[in-house]
Amino acid sequence: MNRRTVIRSAALATVIGLSAASFASAENPVLKIGFVGVTSGPAAAWGISNQRSMETRAAWINETGGVRIGDTTYDVEIVAFDDQKDPKRAIAGMEKMAQEGIHYVVGPNVDDGAAAVRPVAEQQGIIYFPYAFPKSLYQAPASNAVLGMVANYQSGPAIYKYLMENNGVKKVAFVAANESDPLSQRDGGIEAAQALGLEVVSGSVTYQVDTTDFTPVILPVIQARPDLLVLSGVSPANAPQLIRSARELGYEGLISTETAQDAGVLQEGAGELANGFISVGGASTPELASDMMREFVARYTTMFGEYNDESNTKVYALEYILETLKANPAAIGDVEAFKTTMDSFEAPNPYMVGDAKLSYVGATSFGQKRQVSVPLVVNEFRDGAFQTLFVAQVD
Amino acid sequence: MEQILANGLYLGAQYALIALGLTLIFSLMNVLNFAHGQMYVLGGFVTYTVVGQFGLPFIVGLVASALILALVGAGVEKFLFRPVIARSKRDESTMLLAAGIAFFLDAVILLVFGEKQRGVPKIVGGVLNWDFRIIMPYDRILIGVLAIAMIAGFILFMQYSRAGRAMRALAQDRIAAQLMGVDVERYSMLGFALGAMLAGLVGGLLVTITGINLGMGGPTSIKAFMMIMIGGAGVISGAIAGGFILGMMESVGLTLLAAYGDITYLVIFASLMIFLAIRPQGLMGKPWG
Repeated sequence: MNRRTVIRSAALATVIGLSAASFASAENPVLKIGFVGVTSGPAAAWGISNQRSMETRAAWINETGGVRIGDTTYDVEIVAFDDQKDPKRAIAGMEKMAQEGIHYVVGPNVDDGAAAVRPVAEQQGIIYFPYAFPKSLYQAPASNAVLGMVANYQSGPAIYKYLMENNGVKKVAFVAANESDPLSQRDGGIEAAQALGLEVVSGSVTYQVDTTDFTPVILPVIQARPDLLVLSGVSPANAPQLIRSARELGYEGLISTETAQDAGVLQEGAGELANGFISVGGASTPELASDMMREFVARYTTMFGEYNDESNTKVYALEYILETLKANPAAIGDVEAFKTTMDSFEAPNPYMVGDAKLSYVGATSFGQKRQVSVPLVVNEFRDGAFQTLFVAQVD
Repeated sequence: MEQILANGLYLGAQYALIALGLTLIFSLMNVLNFAHGQMYVLGGFVTYTVVGQFGLPFIVGLVASALILALVGAGVEKFLFRPVIARSKRDESTMLLAAGIAFFLDAVILLVFGEKQRGVPKIVGGVLNWDFRIIMPYDRILIGVLAIAMIAGFILFMQYSRAGRAMRALAQDRIAAQLMGVDVERYSMLGFALGAMLAGLVGGLLVTITGINLGMGGPTSIKAFMMIMIGGAGVISGAIAGGFILGMMESVGLTLLAAYGDITYLVIFASLMIFLAIRPQGLMGKPWG
């Protein structure tokens, strides 16, 4: 083959390739799903794992031909907006979603952002899936927010009860960052612990979110000699340091939190001192993960270089949106149809082994089904990995 | 009380080392380097990469952090601050540039190192327990001692080396130093490199204790500014005093005020406002600059 033929062949292949690509991309209409959350600054880890979970799943769907809703097959496009953990920016983000004609949005990640976007979402006909716990977002007359995870007032009592029955926990202490989310989670935790008959020996110690040395913070908490130390709403960045400081000060009791954590971060930051740390996880532990969950983790790792265990709880929201739209294609542009479908919706949970289901719950906590049903998976960290401690269902 | 003092000394040593770099840059160039915290974070991530990812000894990571941050500092001075200072006489030009560099470094760190908290294994195991009066892990003691040794080394360098004397002359009177033959551009670049290197060294040291993450830059800069406001901007001894005072205030406040909630920094900020109203130049600063 001479050089001219090679060049002609290459040019022809390029033209065909480009044509095929444009044909393929033009083949499916695009279904835009929004994400409004924090992907920069100190809390970036919360939103980045969220956004990347959505992007991983969307790329996977598109690679395998798109998602079929009614008679149409769509490619999924994730439209992301960094709200910088600022409620004003979150409102701007939700307005941008409305301008783009998006009706389904995942986020925001924190309480004040989720509360701030409510008027925009309700006026513009947007259903949003916050990772925020205030009940007022999900109780009538509010109806457009769907809690995207298990709330601390649901997981906390289950964890405390388990530890009372299995580990003889009687005295509990709480420590929280001085921010709205951790503080509200602490207050909810104290209330739940007291309702279960636990003695709260320390509940007022808080720390600045930018604290780097937790030894002075944790010292008075440890001196109260609790059986269980609860790190309310602790961020993955702070958890290893708090655990390490507590253990180095000689604390030998249990440590838990109701937020999701990353095993790699715990291992790097606290090593074996984090052994026994209890947190809320998702479906990626070997006992629970389905083949699809394992493939999700592999694809995420390929796309972004490293998996984040926080995504175990964040893999669900996009799946719920798409599966609900499949169940009622009319909801694609009509959120009222979506709300109607939520009451009876049920589909297999593809990320867990067994016969777990996707469905909407929350009637007990909120008086209406405004929460995704994800399993309450409580993990224990041990030697660099999470092990499933127990699994429960909320609502 | 012994524990509070020990915590305060440990915090003070690391804070003082952070403040030294910032005050050095300010004294030489009259530049408020808002990107100092981001340089600290970058230093931490370099050490993490060398130790945690490549599996090399901690000391190699520390040297890599020092060298890379010195290069970054020298580059920032030569290619960014020097042209801006030459073209603009307004102080806010360098402030805006420093803020821009801070945002830029934040974005670069997020892209290169990701959003996760990072850490490296403890460099020394075990915990000192003196009859439950002082409990201090050995690695903290080592880091505290290293920080104090670095502060001492820095003072000796500034006091007795030719470059140190030249930089002190620059800090005292830029024009007079120039007339005496000091190469202003060279020593400004060296000073900026040294300041950035100190930030990188602290980041590298503390990655073994506190870990490092993207969000630490801004708060670290704020604390460093507080320290030099307490001690007096542009004064080396003031930065050291400011660091130890802030560390001790934090340790005392977090222990004694714990029962009243998270009011330690509220009290520190209120005290700082009153103090600055009485002595705006700080403890060791001169009122005329």
